[in-house]
Amino acid sequence: MSLVLETVKKTYREPSGSLLPVLNIDRFEIGKGEQVALVGSSGGGKTTLLNIISGITLPDSGTVKVDDNDITSMHEVVRDRFRAERIGFVFQTFNLLPAFSAIENVLLGMSFSNKGVDRGKAKDLLDKVGLSHRLDHRPGQLSVGEQQRVAVARSMANSPSLLLADEPTANVDTANQDTILELIRTTCSESNVSLLMVTHSPDVAGQFDRVEQLADFNAPEGVAK
Amino acid sequence: MNLFTIAWKSIRQRALPSLLTSLNVALGVMLMVAVLVCAGVVNRAFSQKAIPYDLVIGPRGSALQLVLSSVYRIEPAIAKLPYNYLAELKKDKRITEAVPLVFGDFTKPEEGGFPIIGTTTGYFDMGVGPGIPFQIKGERIGGDFDAIIGSNVAAMNNWDIGAEFQLVHGGGEGGHVHDETFKVVAILAPTQTANDKTVFIDIDGFFQIAGHEVKFDEVRTQLTQFWGSNSEKMASELATLDALQKERAAAPPDAHFHDTPDILKSLAAVLVRTRPNAPLDPINITAEMRNGYQAQAVNPVIIMQKLDKQLIGWVKEVLLIMSVLILIVSGVSIFVSIYNSMSDRRREISVMRALGAPRSSVFSIILAESVLLCLIGGLLGLLLGHALVFIAAPIITARTGLLLNPWAFEWTELIVFPFLFILAVIVGFLPALTAYRTDVAKNL
Repeated sequence: MSLVLETVKKTYREPSGSLLPVLNIDRFEIGKGEQVALVGSSGGGKTTLLNIISGITLPDSGTVKVDDNDITSMHEVVRDRFRAERIGFVFQTFNLLPAFSAIENVLLGMSFSNKGVDRGKAKDLLDKVGLSHRLDHRPGQLSVGEQQRVAVARSMANSPSLLLADEPTANVDTANQDTILELIRTTCSESNVSLLMVTHSPDVAGQFDRVEQLADFNAPEGVAK
Repeated sequence: MNLFTIAWKSIRQRALPSLLTSLNVALGVMLMVAVLVCAGVVNRAFSQKAIPYDLVIGPRGSALQLVLSSVYRIEPAIAKLPYNYLAELKKDKRITEAVPLVFGDFTKPEEGGFPIIGTTTGYFDMGVGPGIPFQIKGERIGGDFDAIIGSNVAAMNNWDIGAEFQLVHGGGEGGHVHDETFKVVAILAPTQTANDKTVFIDIDGFFQIAGHEVKFDEVRTQLTQFWGSNSEKMASELATLDALQKERAAAPPDAHFHDTPDILKSLAAVLVRTRPNAPLDPINITAEMRNGYQAQAVNPVIIMQKLDKQLIGWVKEVLLIMSVLILIVSGVSIFVSIYNSMSDRRREISVMRALGAPRSSVFSIILAESVLLCLIGGLLGLLLGHALVFIAAPIITARTGLLLNPWAFEWTELIVFPFLFILAVIVGFLPALTAYRTDVAKNL
């Protein structure tokens, strides 16, 4: 299995002091190379789930295993390194750094892993997403669709085994939506990378063989307050 | 991509505020560099290494003025010594070398108004400093109207060997131009001392210039005052003077007297070197002169060090403290600049963290940014400081007479970089800590 979550619980404390249960997942898993669309209502805990899978946020209890490595038991520094090397991220708002050119944004993705910075590979990745002619352009000089393609290239910089995409097509126009989606899926297929894509769009979800409703496997109301 | 590259990208992204912040640092460093360079020049000029003689002997009065006039050629001479006193000094077994100096003339104002010193070849035998001989291009003075010029004099007037010039009595625009024409026979290599801005002529040539012999009445007063403690010597000197006056009175009215008799000559100062391995000689001579003739012996190094301690050193310290304060204020501006940018950059930091950057890396990136801003400001300040010295050097030299090498470099300047590094780490620490503590999930 590429990803296995077991008895994961997460509760936030609200400003009023009361506890807000967000996640209570008994078991959730994704197979190696599998592509899953995750749909759910706003505020349902989708983003929290992605943050927990990537190790940005720790669950209150339970285990999260990526390639059989339990990231919840790792020291923060080890977890950061693990995230850099094994988990790719594509955000809804692209989150490219404005001071860096397209290729530098991809290189930045490589900077925090032990694998080192490989300019040739960064060029290949951008070539693959059709941006070989825009290597030195900064995000501000790229169209919205191009920016998201840079973000896709960056997410694959360290050849991850799991790609997390948080509504990657929500901010692009309809024409680009299919291109971006196709690009992410093809890239993952070619490299046998598992994909978990959060989406609100039935059209997007409809293209996946496996579509999961968060509410089907998450029962936060079951968390003791 | 290393942390400094990432930090540099961020600095470039905020080019204008970064430039202004670095400029702030640069101004502090510029002032500090200029102060250190000037202080270094003053320290070297006032050190024992720069002076090849032990004592300057001159008429009683201000010791500082005696040194400034005879060693640094900044001030005019206070009064004169009878020329025959030189012979008395040479009789003293403790004195191994006694070099007379006379001055009062200058090159023309349009030729720089450089002081002209009449002396003997002994001046050049003593060297620039202890164990440092003069580098002289050309010949030694042979004729009465030969001159050796310092490097600044040559450079400013574009004079080479063979160049001719006239002397202006008393200097300035209204000074009387002597008829005699002097010829450059040698040029001194730069020494970074007052010699560079001096014209040397033979002392005999100096006294052949009309108007350089002292008037009888003045000589009489001078002899009476100077030899007052030795009535026998005073009587003998006055008798010589009377005889000469009678002889001149008997001469036809249109008679010319080209050779000035010694009794009508006076000296501005005598540079004295005492026996080696006899460190008490200068002290004893100085003490004896307090009770003898109307003369004083001073160690120029002690006088200048006293001046340095009492006035120059104090000014130097105030300027240094001011420049350190400016640097600290610049450090605060770096802090404000980076700290204010942190709220805009939380998202960037969170993205880096999401890409796998550990907290220590984002901490280091912000710290590196602070260090880069400080060091860029430091380098810029170093260049500006030297540019300031380069521009100010001729003005300072013209106003004070103190030679300031426009290319002077002080190793102590480099102290500014470790200081800036520490400052950068201190002012960058809090913004870096903010980056370290950024809540990634909240800011993505």
